[in-house]
Amino acid sequence: MGYDSIVCVKQVPDTSNITGEAMKADGTVNRAALPAVFNPDDLHALEAALQVRDRFGGSVTVLTMGPPAACEVLRECLYRGADRVIILSDRRAAASDTLATSYILSQAVRKLARYDLVFCGRQAIDGDTAQVGPQLAEKLGISQVTYYEQLVDLSGRTIRVRRNVGNGWEIVEGRLPMLLTVLDTANEARPAAAKRVMRYKRARAPMELGAELAKAMPDAAPGQKEAEQARRLEPLKAKGLCIEQWDLDDIDADLQWCGVTGSPTKVHRVQSIVLTKEGFTAIAPTEEGIRGMIRDLIVDHTLG
Amino acid sequence: MIDPNPRGEVWVFAEQEDEHLSDTSLELCGKARELADRLGVQVGAVLAGWNVRELSYRLIAHGVDQVYHVHDTRLEYYRTLPYARVLCRMISKHKPQIVMYGATPLGRDLAPRVASEMRAGLTADCTDLQIGRYTDPRTKTVYDNLLMQIRPAFGGNIIATIINFDRWPQMATVREGVMRLGEGDPKRTGQIIDEKIAFNDFDQAVKLIERHREGRKVNLKGARIIVAGGGGVGSKDNFKLVHELAGVLGGAVGASRAAVDSGFIGKEHQIGQTGTTVRPALYVACGISGAVQHRAGMEESAKIIAINWDKDAPIFGVAHYGIVGDLNKIIPTLIKAIRERG
Repeated sequence: MGYDSIVCVKQVPDTSNITGEAMKADGTVNRAALPAVFNPDDLHALEAALQVRDRFGGSVTVLTMGPPAACEVLRECLYRGADRVIILSDRRAAASDTLATSYILSQAVRKLARYDLVFCGRQAIDGDTAQVGPQLAEKLGISQVTYYEQLVDLSGRTIRVRRNVGNGWEIVEGRLPMLLTVLDTANEARPAAAKRVMRYKRARAPMELGAELAKAMPDAAPGQKEAEQARRLEPLKAKGLCIEQWDLDDIDADLQWCGVTGSPTKVHRVQSIVLTKEGFTAIAPTEEGIRGMIRDLIVDHTLG
Repeated sequence: MIDPNPRGEVWVFAEQEDEHLSDTSLELCGKARELADRLGVQVGAVLAGWNVRELSYRLIAHGVDQVYHVHDTRLEYYRTLPYARVLCRMISKHKPQIVMYGATPLGRDLAPRVASEMRAGLTADCTDLQIGRYTDPRTKTVYDNLLMQIRPAFGGNIIATIINFDRWPQMATVREGVMRLGEGDPKRTGQIIDEKIAFNDFDQAVKLIERHREGRKVNLKGARIIVAGGGGVGSKDNFKLVHELAGVLGGAVGASRAAVDSGFIGKEHQIGQTGTTVRPALYVACGISGAVQHRAGMEESAKIIAINWDKDAPIFGVAHYGIVGDLNKIIPTLIKAIRERG
């Protein structure tokens, strides 16, 4: 018995420390130029799933989508107690908006077949959209409960949770499977366990090894790198330290719904907000002066 | 999704709870009116609930032409699935070109579910919406009269304009308080169209067991705009000016320690080292001298307007705009300028 949970996590640029080089000319984010962190809400989603497993038995599988470097958050999940981690990585998934992302994640969840609960953080700090959770639930054809704060009851196939809706709370009841988006007030995320860090710090996905080898063996003959990669992968696999890696073909994704073509929303324009506080603009305390300032604030979108 | 439909209406999801419309819904009605006039189309609103038909008249007063009203006991309290069913059915039937939702906890739960089912685009948390032209850089196709969905991203470090030219309706959630809340014209007329929706068993999959609502607490952390008053405001009575300015800006009210210690306002409003630390998009400091303890709690704000009679007040050291003078004259002028949009 027990409950099988899937947790969706994301590696995000640390938006509290951003410089002007963060954006590429095409308006997309230059992730390479930014320090990457575990999306804060997702740590609470992981914790919520681990608590269900610790109390009722079952398993916790973590799914992330991103470039090879995103494996770092998967290792963080292993350190905290996740049973299985999977990275979904495919260049054809680049520039996916929330709708395309939720489609891709739903295909991955379908491949996992058996699950009772899906946990997502409420939102990611890079986009702050909070859309992928509800969209993933819809794509899976299951119900959603957003703003999860507390598990009230779980027995058989019935779950009761308390959700915080800002100006109050409510307790709702539904049948499994269900998707929950988790607030940072839901729990205290456990720290990495030292023993698990020792065990899993060497866990790697094949493409991470590939990237490491591309750097280490720039002049390798054709096939040599692949052979080396396979050689290094063997012992990792034997010890259960090989991070599973899936691409869009592995999850039978219809490319029409992925990446740019699968994304109805497009970035048209990006303005970076340059904060210069070299002295202030003096505004005359007159009607004319004040009206001019309000117009400035409308132009730069401070006021709607 | 529906195909691009340039004659389609501009829609607002009319959020109501306990038979009260949210302010954001009314703000959106005003914005929808403006966008619809620009496009030469009508404004629609979807109003769902139990015994809420009366609210239609307020929507109409704020600029709505057609209220699509759904009356059903299963809609008495908001639940994602039945409400999503209502929206999807209404969108498929009437094919609006734009649908706006408040970026409230409810709107942000509902809109993505609807967008996913409709396979339509959705932009979260917009702070402005405009009508504009877009040229696809790849195909060179020109799209006129698209909805420009403007929103901050990356923790407010960038402003992105998002468009959706092919998979309609164009949908957006809009941040609370950024659109102007109009007065409403009770003499405006419009139509109320009663709609019936067939629900299935899955729509009832989640039950509401218990529900608790509190009055709105002071939410300084989440406020996009904060108007704060200091000792220089002078009296509790005069602090009404600060409240009024916050009201027209749709912002929260903050205070310096001096104002709290003088009893002008409660401690829960205090900003600074011993109070709350904030970084809103706009911070208006009224009669605050700007002691270092206060500045530490607000200097990260994206834009700071300082109003003070003392031109040497330290608050000007962190301000982007400074107005030296009597706040009793300046604040009313500001309120007027904001109401009239510059």
